[in-house]
Amino acid sequence: MSLDTVKNAEQTPDAAQPWAELGLKEDEYARIREILGRRPTGAELAMYSVMWSEHCSYKSSKVHLKQFGEKKPDSDAMLVGIGENAGVVDVGQGYAVTFKVESHNHPSYIEPYQGAATGIGGIVRDILAMGARPVAVMDPLRFGAADHPDTRRVLPGIVAGIGGYGNCLGLPNIGGEVVFDSCYQGNPLVNALCVGVMKHEDIHLAQASGAGNKVILYGARTGGDGIGGVSVLASETFDDTKPAKRPAVQVGDPFQEKLLIECTLEIFREKLVKGIQDLGGAGLSCATSELASAGSGGMRIELDTVHLRDHTLSPEEILMSESQERMCAIVEPDKVDRFLEICEKWDVIANVIGEVTDGERLEIFWHGELVVDVPPRTVAHEGPTYERPYARPSWQDALQADAPTAERLARPTTGEGLKADLLKVASHPNQASKSWITDQYDRFVLGNTVLSVGEDSGMIRIDEETNLGVSVATDGNGRFAKLDPYTGAQLALAEAYRNVAAGGAKPLAVSDCLNFGSPEDPDVMWQFAEATRGLADACLVLGTPVTGGNVSLYNQTGEVAIHPTPVVAVLGVIDDVTRRVPLAFAEEGQLLYLLGDTADELGGSAWSQAVHDHLGGLPPKVDLERERLLGEILISASRDGMIDAAHDLSDGGLGQALVESCLKGGHGARIVVPEGTDPFVLLFSESAGRAVVAVPRSEELRFNDMCTARGLPATRIGVVDGQELDVQGQFSVSLTELKDAHTGVIEALLG
Amino acid sequence: MTTRVGVVTFPGSLDDRDAQRAVRLAGAEPVALWHRDKDLHQVDAVVLPGGFSYGDYLRAGAISRFSPVMQSVIEQAKLGMPVLGICNGFQVLTESHLLPGAMLRNNHLHFICREQKLRVENAGTAWTRDYAAGQEIRIPLKNMDGRYTADARTIDELEAEGRVVFRYLDVNPNGSINDIAGITNAAGNVVGLMPHPEHAVEPLVGTGGTDGLGFFTSVLKQLVNA
Repeated sequence: MSLDTVKNAEQTPDAAQPWAELGLKEDEYARIREILGRRPTGAELAMYSVMWSEHCSYKSSKVHLKQFGEKKPDSDAMLVGIGENAGVVDVGQGYAVTFKVESHNHPSYIEPYQGAATGIGGIVRDILAMGARPVAVMDPLRFGAADHPDTRRVLPGIVAGIGGYGNCLGLPNIGGEVVFDSCYQGNPLVNALCVGVMKHEDIHLAQASGAGNKVILYGARTGGDGIGGVSVLASETFDDTKPAKRPAVQVGDPFQEKLLIECTLEIFREKLVKGIQDLGGAGLSCATSELASAGSGGMRIELDTVHLRDHTLSPEEILMSESQERMCAIVEPDKVDRFLEICEKWDVIANVIGEVTDGERLEIFWHGELVVDVPPRTVAHEGPTYERPYARPSWQDALQADAPTAERLARPTTGEGLKADLLKVASHPNQASKSWITDQYDRFVLGNTVLSVGEDSGMIRIDEETNLGVSVATDGNGRFAKLDPYTGAQLALAEAYRNVAAGGAKPLAVSDCLNFGSPEDPDVMWQFAEATRGLADACLVLGTPVTGGNVSLYNQTGEVAIHPTPVVAVLGVIDDVTRRVPLAFAEEGQLLYLLGDTADELGGSAWSQAVHDHLGGLPPKVDLERERLLGEILISASRDGMIDAAHDLSDGGLGQALVESCLKGGHGARIVVPEGTDPFVLLFSESAGRAVVAVPRSEELRFNDMCTARGLPATRIGVVDGQELDVQGQFSVSLTELKDAHTGVIEALLG
Repeated sequence: MTTRVGVVTFPGSLDDRDAQRAVRLAGAEPVALWHRDKDLHQVDAVVLPGGFSYGDYLRAGAISRFSPVMQSVIEQAKLGMPVLGICNGFQVLTESHLLPGAMLRNNHLHFICREQKLRVENAGTAWTRDYAAGQEIRIPLKNMDGRYTADARTIDELEAEGRVVFRYLDVNPNGSINDIAGITNAAGNVVGLMPHPEHAVEPLVGTGGTDGLGFFTSVLKQLVNA
């Protein structure tokens, strides 16, 4: 094939182009021709097609996402907001923290190990590109039914990929989620979160300014992997009626990434870069157009100077390649030598591939011939926007009407019955111990992990002298969101917020990963619109701005969409990590208090799933002011040493929380059902805004006074005691029996 | 004079800063050593930290052995300098023939990260004199290739000479021969083990214990007394 230059494109306006195969719609192709005033070259078409894909352009979602800006709460903590690689939050003492959660769903279904591994690699580079040292990762994961044969194919590979990549980078994995539900059978959700830490003055942005500054591409060589990954994988559902495309999942090399991290941090320390961007989806197309678009506008690239792994690659392929472990930096000419020296020290390949110009065009040359000549904003920031039609699904009313009342779903009425259901919930794969998975991740490396797996949140010390720390929790409940996406999204935020507060940290900011089905389905689009509206409204009330995140659409197999699954990550700060509160009941004799109100709320609950395989009714109500009050009480109590353990109540309710806190601490509990309370509702309801805490006897008065003064209901429900969980007058179950039910479940299915 | 303990950074080292922190908490001065630099900068002892040096390409520890810094470490170890190899560092020591045997992939074929109980079998090495023989300690373990192996004669020799320094208790996490977690050379100055003492030096983080600090205080005493 001969080279398709700009000159050639001008001379052959009617040449047929594969715009449809590249995922573009007819009107999108027409718009490209209009922007350029001619047909695009092959390389230009490649760039527009990847950058205008759903994954890169957010064309279906951005009309809804703008609420996160419009309803943004006032927060002194925000240093960098939405639109950069990741948001940045001020955590005090001169430190800034950046964090973001992203999806790698589709690649992980096709090739579980590499899909999940490169998901970690990508999010870590996003964090690095902000100027931060990555310090921890987390993984919210969702799979099909735990006993389905395909889960056996997908899960071990994904877990090994996350471990294989994250462990080799030396980043502690401090938590996440593992959820099983048949709605994810053909479309697992692999979300990955990374946290990074820097000083305020180290914040870097992705922009190219200053004519004459050099563009340096460094890291791995560019190969043929992941070409078209963005437009093919993220924008259309898998359809085996179309011809197979080239292998589209990227292959990762964590060793190369580790060198890239250390090399980049050393470059930052010497203040050698003006702007920086990692290469992720859409590779060099994305990095060059975004850098130029966010900067002064002009850039000139000599594409034949790019180091290649495969010398047969065409310019189109080089621009679209999603080879991993690459970064692009803008460097002043007098700093280029030192930059390259540091790269050489770390054995990282680097070379100057172009420069910033004072023009307004992104010009890319291939052996001296102009193959791309575009206004960069039209590629990177002015892609198409769709107002997709949406409507409340016709089935929504019937689903909500199917409430799990005592008449609809049989409830246990005896102590033995309660015990049997408690064990069913605790041994359901969703509530069972995930240690078979989390033991494959290094949680100790870097030596700052204060709280990690099995806790409500992950907590990292960021200053060894002052004990300043940050904590992160991720939560999402697709079942709740299916019943009511507005409330479901708010519940996800409320739970993550509560989890952070339960550890003793003050929630500051939010990142979200919005996993939904096809935006071309009005039902799905309604779910998306409702969930974003719910999340934005709740963030405003709780004062936690959304700092960034990611949207993943087309999560479905055939016509069936996954449950709408907004995953919400909350970042919090704690002034002194020695005050952190774990969830284990570790001291005999401490008093157990239930904080908050418990109502008969079983819609979408773990009990309704584990015992009846039922989904219907309404999710628990959300009271955000109550969540905020509960959070303040938990934080004050931790700071002043009034509580020694705290566990938020969510999946499985109080019963499951007691099981986890007893097993983790190796102590039982005696629980007294308060007068007038239905023991079933007490144990299994999933009312929001609640936590269970262990209070030393010496602190009881002070703790009670605080709750009373602040107006938070606090009910004494028992005491830490013995080797049994004893619900007085109902049943008693030994820790051994609880442990047998709660552990070994995942291994038995997948090990 | 402060005791200087070098911690080598290979490309792909991960626990180097953790090892430096452990050295500091034990009261010595950590000195960063770079793989390309033969100069040991007058250190009194060396720690080879955990990680995936040179990406574990070829075989864990196989390429590190040929790095410039290792030429000096091998030379000094033979002259009696205390050297501790943790995890990947242990693999480097066996590849360098400072310690016998080799590590195979864990028998269950998974990476494993857990708190591990160990028994200190030999409290006479440069890195264990602050423990009592028979003492039980809990420190983290995390690796993919941790299954210690050697030929029968070597194993017999190690056992007979009391050169098995640590043994796994309760659970053998990887299928290592005789539950071996760590060994020493005949002189007792070179010790290698798979678990990570440097992650158990502060009550707040890691396993929440300080059972690993003794490694670093031991070598300090050894050097002061020497």
